[in-house]
Amino acid sequence: MLTVKDLNITFSRYYNSFSQTTLNPLHNIDLNLSAGEIVAIVGESGGGKSLLAHAILDILPTNAELKGTIQFREKLIDSNTIRQLRGREISLIPQSVSYLNPLIRVGKQVCRAARIGGLTKEEARMATDAAFTRFNLAPEVQSLFPFQLSGGMAQRILVAIATVAGASLIVADEPTTGLDPDRVTVFLDLLRMLADEGKAALLITHDLGAAQRVADRIAVFHGGTLVEVVKIADGSEVDNLVHPYSRALWEALPDNGFSTNGSSFSSHRHGNDEPLGCLFVKNCDRAEHRCRITYPDLVPAGNNMVRCLNA
Amino acid sequence: MKNFLKYLATKPLRLSIIVVLVAILSFILVSFSPLDPITAYLGYDRLQISQEQEQVIIERWGLDKSPPERFIAWTKNILQGDFGTSVIFNDPVTLVIGKRFAASFWLMFFAWTLSGILGFVLGAIAGTWRDSIADRIIRFYAYTLASTPTFWVAMILLVFFGVKLGWFPICCAGPLGVAPEQVSFADRLYHLALPVLTLSLVGTAQIILHTREKMIDFFQSNHAIYAMSCGEARFGTALFHGLRNILLPAITLQFASLGELFSGSVLAEMVFSYPGLGKATVDAGIRGDVPLLLGIVIFSTIFVVTGNLLADLIYRWVDPRIQIGEATG
Repeated sequence: MLTVKDLNITFSRYYNSFSQTTLNPLHNIDLNLSAGEIVAIVGESGGGKSLLAHAILDILPTNAELKGTIQFREKLIDSNTIRQLRGREISLIPQSVSYLNPLIRVGKQVCRAARIGGLTKEEARMATDAAFTRFNLAPEVQSLFPFQLSGGMAQRILVAIATVAGASLIVADEPTTGLDPDRVTVFLDLLRMLADEGKAALLITHDLGAAQRVADRIAVFHGGTLVEVVKIADGSEVDNLVHPYSRALWEALPDNGFSTNGSSFSSHRHGNDEPLGCLFVKNCDRAEHRCRITYPDLVPAGNNMVRCLNA
Repeated sequence: MKNFLKYLATKPLRLSIIVVLVAILSFILVSFSPLDPITAYLGYDRLQISQEQEQVIIERWGLDKSPPERFIAWTKNILQGDFGTSVIFNDPVTLVIGKRFAASFWLMFFAWTLSGILGFVLGAIAGTWRDSIADRIIRFYAYTLASTPTFWVAMILLVFFGVKLGWFPICCAGPLGVAPEQVSFADRLYHLALPVLTLSLVGTAQIILHTREKMIDFFQSNHAIYAMSCGEARFGTALFHGLRNILLPAITLQFASLGELFSGSVLAEMVFSYPGLGKATVDAGIRGDVPLLLGIVIFSTIFVVTGNLLADLIYRWVDPRIQIGEATG
């Protein structure tokens, strides 16, 4: 349903009046997503994962430059075609309630999403009511303002907005941030339910634990690109991660010993130059000389796709 | 709700403190000024009265008392609604202000409404389609007008529309030779046109620039990005989401600008010889009519302060976060 090929995003930023610097927060991203599937993009916060969501919906800031292609149902997404797709076919579940308009009652906002998703006034009203029932929200909630919602309610409102017009691809950008474990479970079940109905979902999260509970595939994101893509069998945990960064992420989970070596792994690529060497090399205990001079490609290693020379 | 009651109790108190301070300050300034009430009252006749007659007036008016005593006497009278008698109009000050304000009110009301609506719409358009041709034209207009003095705009309009084209009357609130009470409604509007236009043209500039800035900010907010990701076009985002969010600060600004409107109307009324409160202020100042001057100062303070209070109340009424937040929390 969604195919991302060799996606690159660069930002130009002026650091004084004469010189500018370019940041390359996202590069060499290849990804595909089919109906009924949940793919999780997992990586640390602040790494630039959200840019992928913004790129798909074409809501990047104006100083961002995008290279590569994004296709939705074999059709290229560009600034023209995306207009017909937003809300109708592709929808976004944002991080928090703060994305809702604070001055409009939530029922009206859901209804508005249905209207711009192509429904008539009457249909939109019915779809709104149906969405509230479906996501277990009392009808009275419709007349509340966003600031009156609890975290869980807000979450379901955002899901309602994303699905009310029948979008078939749902991009969820850090949807579980700040929710307690029960709410996270509720949300993940909801996402699974939507996927089982035939929708595709892209779950962008820093929470590997949550991702492995619900996703069909996990793509580990580091240094602006995907370093490992792994399939997960139903209900099982990922224990076959290969890339050193993925392993570190996995070992940092509470259930797996909570171990970190105390350092932040974040690293960004500057400029448009081809990277020299692996971006994880500084933190990697298996780094060799060739890791410093050769940029690894994403290659099959066992059942996974891994971007590591030692895989 | 409790908060609101507390607000209702304290806000007027704070505002009345402002009025009292303004009254004290302006009284001090006037008592140090070289204005001589007797000269202002008598004019050239002053030369013809005797020393004894002058002494009678001085005692009658209490001019022999110290300024603090006079201030207390003045305050006592004001609290009973007596602002004294205007020397140049020979009427009670309250009556003069009332009459003059009625004329100024319509001038300010039309100018205020027109500049508010026009400024808001133009500013919203400019901000929504930032850097478009429309935005550039609107911005050019706003920057030009924002740096133009009111009296100069008034003179240009007067010269062009009044004198050159002859479309509008060049002065006053009604045709010459017609008693103010007999001027028809249509004639009143006709005479109001140029002063209103002057004040609106100047007044829109600020609100355009402010609204444009707010709209640009809004389009960079999470709300706008999210709305657009839901499929809203730029126009729809502005209309359904943006206007609501930028209306509140615009309303506040518009009410807070009542002071500028007041001072603007003084200049416009002078240029057009429009018999409103602004012109009365200048006359009172030039001809040394102390009771009228002080009365106008106090009245205009109350006017501006009430405007700010209204802005505050409307803000609370319109913004659900304040209203419901207080009701429930």
